[in-house]
Amino acid sequence: MGLFILRRTVVMILTALCLTFIVFFLTNLYPNLEKLAKTQGNFRMSDEAVTSWLTKEGYLQPLPVKYGQWLGVLPGWTLETKDGITGRCVTGAVTPEVAAEAPKFCGILQGDWGYSTVFREEVSGIISTRLGLTGKLMFWVMVLMVPSALIIGVLAGMREGSKTDRTLSTFSIITTATPEYVSGVIFIAVFASSAVGLKWFKGTATSAMEDANFENFFLPVLTISLYGMGYIARMTRASMTEVMTAQYIRTARLKGVKFSNIVLKHALRNALIAPFTVILLQVPWLLNGVVIVETLFNYKGFGWVLVQAAGNNDIELLLAVSVVSVFVVLMTQLISDIGYVYLNPRIRIS
Amino acid sequence: MEPLGTFDIIWRIVVQFTPVWIALIVLFAVSIAFKRKLGLYGKLFDSVIGMIGFGLVMFWVFTGVFGQFDLIVTHDSLAQVSGMKNKVPGTPLLMGDEGDYPWYLLGGDNLARDVFSRMVEGAWVVVQIAPLATMFAFMVGITLGLPAGYYGGRLDTFLSFLANLILAFPVILLFYLLVTPEIVATGVPSYMATVLFVFPIVFVGVLLNSRYHTQPHIRLPLLLIVLGIMIWLYLSLISEQGTKVAVLPRFLDLFDIPGGILVVFVSVVFVNSPTVFRIVRGLAMDIKTRDYVAAAQTRGEGPWYIMLWEILPNARGPLIVDFCLRIGYTTILLGTLGFFGLGLPPESPDWGSTINEGRKLLSIYLHPALPPALALLSLVLGLNLLADGLREESLRD
Repeated sequence: MGLFILRRTVVMILTALCLTFIVFFLTNLYPNLEKLAKTQGNFRMSDEAVTSWLTKEGYLQPLPVKYGQWLGVLPGWTLETKDGITGRCVTGAVTPEVAAEAPKFCGILQGDWGYSTVFREEVSGIISTRLGLTGKLMFWVMVLMVPSALIIGVLAGMREGSKTDRTLSTFSIITTATPEYVSGVIFIAVFASSAVGLKWFKGTATSAMEDANFENFFLPVLTISLYGMGYIARMTRASMTEVMTAQYIRTARLKGVKFSNIVLKHALRNALIAPFTVILLQVPWLLNGVVIVETLFNYKGFGWVLVQAAGNNDIELLLAVSVVSVFVVLMTQLISDIGYVYLNPRIRIS
Repeated sequence: MEPLGTFDIIWRIVVQFTPVWIALIVLFAVSIAFKRKLGLYGKLFDSVIGMIGFGLVMFWVFTGVFGQFDLIVTHDSLAQVSGMKNKVPGTPLLMGDEGDYPWYLLGGDNLARDVFSRMVEGAWVVVQIAPLATMFAFMVGITLGLPAGYYGGRLDTFLSFLANLILAFPVILLFYLLVTPEIVATGVPSYMATVLFVFPIVFVGVLLNSRYHTQPHIRLPLLLIVLGIMIWLYLSLISEQGTKVAVLPRFLDLFDIPGGILVVFVSVVFVNSPTVFRIVRGLAMDIKTRDYVAAAQTRGEGPWYIMLWEILPNARGPLIVDFCLRIGYTTILLGTLGFFGLGLPPESPDWGSTINEGRKLLSIYLHPALPPALALLSLVLGLNLLADGLREESLRD
């Protein structure tokens, strides 16, 4: 088990390195840098002005060197200008004495995530506040999605082919066929529109960032949950129907155990092994939903930051966003593997 | 002229779809009459769910195709008619010319264009891109997944690592990185197209070569003709004047893909292929332990013959089902791209872009955003139901 986790961790770090390098490469292509220079300076910059701005900010160094600096394995760049010394590890132009005292290495290994050019703030600060907001959203999504998906799946799979099964299966197929931007639009139209709708909820969740209540937070949560719910419910149903045909369930029925007892005590534990993995593997998909829903409901969380950073080529913020999301994806894979082994005695013992 | 009532609007929309209804009725009548001779496709007509799904899918396919021939659309999807901005469904045109359709059946959007016609034209974008992109993703996934599952070992480890790498990327971040105009200017998507579109040629080449390996007099002409045509198509597809990849001179270039579509196509194929790869690899690992594979190995067949003519046909059931589901997923991805305004031009009538346009005024005007949303929902639902029906029917025997 220890060796397994160790090997997975090594693969995980390797994957994260490759991915951040790809993001680094794509964001540092020259047209992207040019756009960055023009949004930071002014839009009518000449080509020479762009080049000199990029040189001054250290963007024109070779790619591996820049990547090394970002990681913190190479010393940050410094440049002597007529105003003083500028560099990766100092802000603005400073005197040589101050520059000499500044740390030599400043990458993510030293805990320095860099500076966002869009928000004009430290990246680590932005990421932690926005992640907190998205964490709140995700928490309520999980609270709504997981129990309802499991209940739907178990009820549908309990008696295969019954009327309940047909109804609930149709419901879960419909939810898997509805991407967030469709269901969100329909929900806003029905429940929040000021023209004809029921006006039960609010169409934006901006106010939910400080003070979330049922009225302004339920629609985004419901929108994200629905898309994942159908998939988990179908998996639960499949594994439940399989368990219900097993020999030991038949034995229990022939012994005369009550049907509710069979479902709750005999079938449920075995039926929930497969959905467990599915729920965890859904987390990366939820990340997608979060981006769409946060844009749609104007909830300024992590997904919203992703859109802002990507739309404005904010290199260091984008890298931090991808590190975080890759970390989330790979962690859930790891946990689901370990959990699967732990939950399934057949694998655990052999 | 009077505005139309709700019943009138519905009736006129139904009438407007007449060619689609006729085509659907003909298709269903013929298919049901000959269903015993049509294999798996015929069996689909034994299950109600499968028939509903197939009906929904074919409804949008016919809508897309006929909409292209100007049969269903009532107005030009780009024409802006004065006085029709954000008008509710059923509003009559203020000053229509002779011969114009006198109403906006589903109202006007915020640029005074007809919502109904845009929805119909949007179907064509999906019908064009989604199945083809899914097919390319399958070619890539199969060509790489079969050897990974069959040989295992280092090759498998390496390819799986690559697949997991792409899968660990949040899809939207990947789209933002690939589809922005700056990246398109550097030619990265064109180079990716160059690599990804080789796979169908490799696939067909290996497929035919392994089959006719022992009959050289058939193999050589067949390979020459088929691969010649495919390579020509491939070169016309990837080479486009004015971009980084322009290998063919203009007179040999058969067609140009309109700007943006190629990029969208590439990114959708790129996102889909790792999942297909994983499925094919899993199936190959499972099937290679069967007796008929061992028999083929004993006969001395080559590895590619075994992979493509022994393993692949026996993996077709799950693959066909996944193909249907994946077209639905590709439709969702296309919508996502449109929703974030990536790739396709902003005036494009595809459903994602129209939803994005419509959502900005959603709390006041509902009608521009709802029709494309419901259209996308029904198409994806149809594909899911179709996949379900196929799964049920293929499991039955």
